[in-house]
Amino acid sequence: MTTRYTTDHEYIRAEGKIGTVGISSYAQEQLGDIVFVELPAVGATFKKGDEAAVVESVKAASEIYAPVSGTVTEVNDALSDEPGLINTDPAAGGWIFKIEIADEAELEGLMDDAAYADHTA
Amino acid sequence: MADGPQTDLLKTALYDRHVAHGGRIVEFGGYALPVQYKGIVAEHAHTRDAASLFDVSHMGQVVVTGPDHATTIAALEALTPADLASLAPGDMRYTVLLNADGGIEDDLIITRPAEGQEPDGVMYMVVNAARKHHDLDLMRTHGAADITYDLRDDLALIALQGPQAAEVLSRHTDIIGKLGFMQAGPATIAGVAVNVSRSGYTGEDGFELSVANTDAPKIFDLLAADDRVEPAGLGARDSLRLEAGLCLYGHDMNDAIDPVTAGLIFAIGKRRRTEGGFAGADTVLSRIAKGPDDKRVGIRFEGRQPVREGAELVDANGNVIGRITSGTFAPTAQASIAMGYVPADIASEGEAVTAMVRGKPIAGTIAKMPFVQQRYYRKPA
Repeated sequence: MTTRYTTDHEYIRAEGKIGTVGISSYAQEQLGDIVFVELPAVGATFKKGDEAAVVESVKAASEIYAPVSGTVTEVNDALSDEPGLINTDPAAGGWIFKIEIADEAELEGLMDDAAYADHTA
Repeated sequence: MADGPQTDLLKTALYDRHVAHGGRIVEFGGYALPVQYKGIVAEHAHTRDAASLFDVSHMGQVVVTGPDHATTIAALEALTPADLASLAPGDMRYTVLLNADGGIEDDLIITRPAEGQEPDGVMYMVVNAARKHHDLDLMRTHGAADITYDLRDDLALIALQGPQAAEVLSRHTDIIGKLGFMQAGPATIAGVAVNVSRSGYTGEDGFELSVANTDAPKIFDLLAADDRVEPAGLGARDSLRLEAGLCLYGHDMNDAIDPVTAGLIFAIGKRRRTEGGFAGADTVLSRIAKGPDDKRVGIRFEGRQPVREGAELVDANGNVIGRITSGTFAPTAQASIAMGYVPADIASEGEAVTAMVRGKPIAGTIAKMPFVQQRYYRKPA
């Protein structure tokens, strides 16, 4: 299991071909209280960098981009009623969608924990 | 993620306090101010439940001075549609500065100083931060020659807002019992001269304290030390005022919108509606007589999706019929609420409207404002 980060603060936790996507703890803190999440459709296909979801705080809407290319296999429906899970538990309960990774090599272009820690320092 | 604030921003006298309390600093009206400390939702809720401290020193505090009261009032009545002649000492009035076409140049509060507080002929004014220099130019250009307008950048303005604000402030001054909503007077708090107004922009009972910049940190610390008080930022201020149905200049109104269309007819004194004699009177009075084409309304949307400023409102055929000017998911109302402009013929409570957000229709209903009951303190008669 590897977790990688984008410069836009999405994370993707890959287990085999499936990656779980959310936003980092740093990102949720910057956004503040999340009040709404627009989830992608299961089956939607994205290229790396496509807008895949929208996370809205009281103040603003922020796009969530697909960290890798692939097809959405599952979305976190719990966020519809409880979008604040992204604030309270961004790495686990606050995941946004799962994606079947089209090209695992794309993961290599993303930051690992140490590089992301430097990026947000 | 947003970049940090620009370095050339103005700082209020309380900037160091915002940083010390963990405020996240952003640009607003040319100032470096905290958008939040612990979080917008928590600060919003605390204001509705207890009392919050806001730095509103960026707003323009103006002292208007004329040779005598009648002359000053006549000059201000030429610039605004308010009935200012009827203001008793210590009374405050919300009104608008209008251009020749009746468009709103700013919204503001005018206060008649309390008895003996100032020489005859002096009035106070508070205008929006981003408009203060513009307003001064406008008033000096169109105002009477024997009136001066002094921007008091040496003063800070601290708002204490919430149902416990009166109790908190009562520990430090006895003026509270003398003030009803929209009344003001001088007080001494911890040895510091403060002009206390029972006013604010949250829909709650509360106070605005005008104090010298040099004394502002002392007053802020005194109030922040109370267990019932927490500091709150611009984010909560915005969601609170939206729930209270209060307009924000540059968003819910601007220089192309007249006060009748904006639903601010209460800012136009009854006497002024017959007498006129203010900038933009022709447009405004004919708009009152004929009714506006569009109206500012409150809208409640289904679900949690915020419908924000700029979102278009469409009819059943997809034609754009209106636009949202403010909107969010409201922490107290627990609903997606907004203000916007729609044609007058559908501007009644219960009418269905549809907003487009990222290409998707969001169903809403025109709703009564305020969205959350205002709890201003009215003094018993």
